[in-house]
Amino acid sequence: MKNTGEHIIEVKNLVKKFGSFVANDNLTFDVFRGEIFGFLGANGAGKTTAIKILCGLWKPTSGDVKVAGFDVYKETEKIKRNIGYMSQRFSLYEDLTTIENIRFYAGIYGLSNQQIKERSEMLIEKLGLKEVRKSLLKSLPLGWKQKLAFSVALIHDPKIIFLDEPTSGVDPITRRQFWEMIYEAAYDGVTVFITTHYMDEAEYCNRVSIMVDGRIDALDKPGILKEKFGAKTMNEVFVKLARNSA
Amino acid sequence: MHNTIKMKRFLGFVKKEFYHIFRDYRTLLVLFGMPIVQVLLFGFAINTDLKDARIAILDNSKDEMTRKLTQKIISSGYFLLKENLTTTTEIEKSFQSGKLKEVIIFQEDFEKKYLKDGKASVQIIADASDPNNANLLVNYTSAIINNFQMELMREQKVPYQIIPEVRLRYNPEMKSVFMFVPGIITILLMLVCAMMTSISIAREKELGTMEVLLVSPLKPLQIITGKVIPYVLLSFINAVTIILLGKWVFGMPMTGSYFLLLFVVIVFIIMVLSLGIFISTVSNNQMTAMLISMVGLLLPTILLSGFVFPTENMPLILQWLSYIVPAKWFIIILKTVMLKGLGLSYIWKELLILIGMILFFLMLGMKKFKIRLE
Repeated sequence: MKNTGEHIIEVKNLVKKFGSFVANDNLTFDVFRGEIFGFLGANGAGKTTAIKILCGLWKPTSGDVKVAGFDVYKETEKIKRNIGYMSQRFSLYEDLTTIENIRFYAGIYGLSNQQIKERSEMLIEKLGLKEVRKSLLKSLPLGWKQKLAFSVALIHDPKIIFLDEPTSGVDPITRRQFWEMIYEAAYDGVTVFITTHYMDEAEYCNRVSIMVDGRIDALDKPGILKEKFGAKTMNEVFVKLARNSA
Repeated sequence: MHNTIKMKRFLGFVKKEFYHIFRDYRTLLVLFGMPIVQVLLFGFAINTDLKDARIAILDNSKDEMTRKLTQKIISSGYFLLKENLTTTTEIEKSFQSGKLKEVIIFQEDFEKKYLKDGKASVQIIADASDPNNANLLVNYTSAIINNFQMELMREQKVPYQIIPEVRLRYNPEMKSVFMFVPGIITILLMLVCAMMTSISIAREKELGTMEVLLVSPLKPLQIITGKVIPYVLLSFINAVTIILLGKWVFGMPMTGSYFLLLFVVIVFIIMVLSLGIFISTVSNNQMTAMLISMVGLLLPTILLSGFVFPTENMPLILQWLSYIVPAKWFIIILKTVMLKGLGLSYIWKELLILIGMILFFLMLGMKKFKIRLE
């Protein structure tokens, strides 16, 4: 599904301060429904803070933020039910089996027994995990865990999925396969909000924003950004932006 | 959202926590091995150390009967007669020289009184600075005297009585042999509840799963409760196991109400949990949680609760410190309920102190948790 021009995330003048430190300095951007939105920036640029606010964990200091149509000040409960989240640590339980992990996460999102059963079987089937269904997660290879974590984060049919550096530490082939899953999810209508350190991955996104020192310094389609900055790759764009600020 | 779904969601969470516990053999060992090993260790260590205890006898009567009784006591093998005293003034001196553990005093005209009045008394004075030992000595001596009297009665068939009169020196309040049962319950609850919960919450933070849980519709309070409930159940089972072991294996007296006992155990479990939650809010990984629990909870519990070392004999500042150790109050409550068999009216003050501490730490923990989120 192509993006419909409808805003699924709306951020207007978002400011988040910790004491005198400004982590998010007047951010304004929108994310379209069904797009893959790359959220880039150096370490400490304020990406994590922004994601925490979008996920309803932290309250902004000021500004208007709406996620999936809900207000981050008042409707965090509803936001949480409509988003999925996967971090770079995959966040599955190593001492639980594959099927137990799936059922656990389906359970905390309040799916019915019937739904849990159907979806976990479907998932196992789709990921080809039948053999390791009852194996403890720690015995699985990293790439499998990553796929599982991604699928589990989608188990409650969220409108948006937040991926916080989901590909760090995995090999190029696994990364490639992972991106196929991301495309598939986006095709199914899920909005993908992803942070990454790999600039080649930025090229896979529909649009990317680049944060520097708490501000968004650039936001557009990768092709347009490269043109604008006279760069051949996204990597060059990124380096140019970062250098300007320093 | 329906309540049943909420409940189901919550139960699923608790179930997961049980998986964690039952799949980690180290946790299991701490949970179930520790109480049994500790009770047996303490129990048998205390029960077997009486041998050749040095005693003195002050015989004011010096008749046939006291000579026989003295002979019987010494030949039991538990005692070693160090001195025969002649006056009461010597008693204090002998104790202070540290050589003596117990002095037995027969009253004047012992045999005559026994035969004439049907009553004669013997005084047993024990050095209770080593409380467990003193109690044992006294019990053994009394038992031997009782036995002696039974033999006499068999011969004479008259209900005569020798009355052992016990005096304890240096620690008149007398920490009982059975002190170890309340002590172990306390330490284990500290260990299981506070340390294990703080570690298990810190583990979720360390592994990054806490993030995912917080992003889910589960409320922070549900997450914490869900993590804590399995440990409440296991601690409760543990406490009951220790009480039963103490009762069946070591014949520990249980004079009070079981209902009240279980109630105070639950109060203390909640107390310890609030500590555990508080610790988990200030530590980001399992190691920190463990260290804080060890240094901040376990050591004060062992050292300052009066379990091992009587706090009455400590410097004033340590005595004051001991007032903020929750275990101290719990041990007092346990002793009152288990050993003295007294009711709620005797322990309400200590209970109130514990409840106050619960509120304090829960509030502090919740505040910390919120700050971390915002």
